[in-house]
Amino acid sequence: MTTFDPYAPSRDTTEGKVFSVTGGDWDALVQEIGATKEERVVVNMGPQHPSTHGVLRLVLELEGETITEVRCGIGYLHTGIEKNMEYRSWTQGTTFVTRMDYLSPLHNETAYCLAVEKLLGITNDVPERATVIRVMMMELNRISSHMVALGTGALELGAMGPMFFAFRDRETVLEIFEMITGLRMNMAYIRPGGVAQDLPEGALTKIRDGVKLMRKNFKDNATLLIGNSIWMKRTQGIGYLDLAGCTTLGITGPVLRATGMPWDLRKLQPYCGYENYNFDVVTADTCDVYGRFLIRMNELEQSLRIIEQCVDKLEKLEGAPVMVADKKIAWPAQLALGGDGLGNSLDHIRQIMGTSMESLIHHFKLVTEGFHVPAGQAYAAIESPRGELGASVVSDGGTKPYRVHFRDPSFNNLQGTPAMSEGGMVADIVGAVASIDPVMGGVDR
Amino acid sequence: MTSGMFGAQGTGDTSGYGGLVRQASNFGSSERPYGSYFDEVADDLERAYPDFSDAIERVVVDRGEITLHVKREKLVEVAMILRDKLKFEMCMGVSGVHYPDQTGREMHAVYPLLSMSKNQRIRLEVSVPDADAHIPSVVEVWAGNNWHERETYDMFGIIFDGHPGLTRILMPDDWEGHPQRKDYSLGGIAVEYKGATTPPPSERRSYK
Repeated sequence: MTTFDPYAPSRDTTEGKVFSVTGGDWDALVQEIGATKEERVVVNMGPQHPSTHGVLRLVLELEGETITEVRCGIGYLHTGIEKNMEYRSWTQGTTFVTRMDYLSPLHNETAYCLAVEKLLGITNDVPERATVIRVMMMELNRISSHMVALGTGALELGAMGPMFFAFRDRETVLEIFEMITGLRMNMAYIRPGGVAQDLPEGALTKIRDGVKLMRKNFKDNATLLIGNSIWMKRTQGIGYLDLAGCTTLGITGPVLRATGMPWDLRKLQPYCGYENYNFDVVTADTCDVYGRFLIRMNELEQSLRIIEQCVDKLEKLEGAPVMVADKKIAWPAQLALGGDGLGNSLDHIRQIMGTSMESLIHHFKLVTEGFHVPAGQAYAAIESPRGELGASVVSDGGTKPYRVHFRDPSFNNLQGTPAMSEGGMVADIVGAVASIDPVMGGVDR
Repeated sequence: MTSGMFGAQGTGDTSGYGGLVRQASNFGSSERPYGSYFDEVADDLERAYPDFSDAIERVVVDRGEITLHVKREKLVEVAMILRDKLKFEMCMGVSGVHYPDQTGREMHAVYPLLSMSKNQRIRLEVSVPDADAHIPSVVEVWAGNNWHERETYDMFGIIFDGHPGLTRILMPDDWEGHPQRKDYSLGGIAVEYKGATTPPPSERRSYK
């Protein structure tokens, strides 16, 4: 018997001996486990573990280094967003949904707004400029999200370089976001009826430059990873899940496209005018971690193509409205950059305070109470970087959502973890989870 | 007296104007033709499933979406037919909705279905009384609904009979109550700072 180890104390339970390992000297632990003569070990991986993509808890049952059973424990990041939304106005809802899947905030906002617009019956009234801006922002967001997936995925498999390249390129996108929305994440930029404000001066030039830079930079990660024997060995044939598995588990996104199924809602059920853009649906036929990462890498170029087309369109739509014309829905705010950051433009304040009391009342009502949404329910689905992001929205006719439910792709796709990892090595579950690219903010909401 | 900020009680109206709290209406059923591919789906289902008129309580077409309201005892049968005969291979989960005013059918479960083969979407809706909130599980039909049903159980207390392991998924295991029911308050904690007390969110008038 060894002496007491403060880093690995043990206690007896009805399930057998339980060791709590918090770091420190592993020799003591190995010695003690060796004494139990038990081959089967149950290990908790996470919720605080650098390779579980946030607070995901994996309960692994191991025989040696082989996983015999996996269970996911989620809920550590549950924030009650859906419940909270029932207490705020429809417009305030965007501020909440943007915080769900925090790597693709603009996709959350768009899915929510499309559902609200469907309920309002204004889907076709959203101005074209707003729609094109939405598409452009979503594709930029897809790049920044895929960059995290690639960078952290490679990092978790032991490669540090790709992380630096990925985050360098992601920064290009985030700077564009900051210029346009004022924020790098959680922007609440896309609102029911359009977008919060028009592009600032010089945005299109910055985006054009950014696209050029990214197209050059993306090659760095591709050359670093594809063909790299360690990375190939850690990804090829790992985390196998075929089309039948994806279908029965409801899995969409890159995981589904890695089975050879060209399922992309942007092509097949176009929203926001995606039918007007030239781009290809990227697939792979390997059903493994490698295929999923390859899809993400190749989707970057497709996103750049869409962004370029958006910029061309936006140049022609200069000065067009970015919010629906209906004054009962569109906020009257005319935002401008004041000395103290963003604020209402002085002209607008002069008008509502000085000459038009009706406008002031209207503005006040619309912001505090909000607009009414006709009763009914709607489901809007979009292709987020992780798969089908669906917003189920129910209205009772009031100024607040009656019920909002997000069908988050991460939540659904995580169910594939046992199918991908059971029977494999414990080291491979890291790659399998990384290839699903779960974002716990979206999983737990 | 549990007063919120400024002591306002009753409505959730911040602006002072009334009429914000409305009853969720019970939508009627739609008449044929439904339009789009909805007639085709309804015809195919009627042909493939002889009990159609008994199992489907009503069909609602609204805002370009079709909803089939299914009796709970027939849900699994209908789901099987939809999956195998009508090629709705995927179920995009289940979302609960609580309508406390619809006496006898307070708890609703909404299933958005997707057919990848035909590129179509429909929606199933099941409504059950709160006092007997049991719905048969469709996990044997669409395995991916496992977590979604656990979430709906967690949030609404709807019990999915036949689910392989219906436990809480988002809330802690020992949590009491089901947070997204309408009779579950928003909650929160009062904050006291330098002698001034801010009531918990659920008691502030703007969040009522």
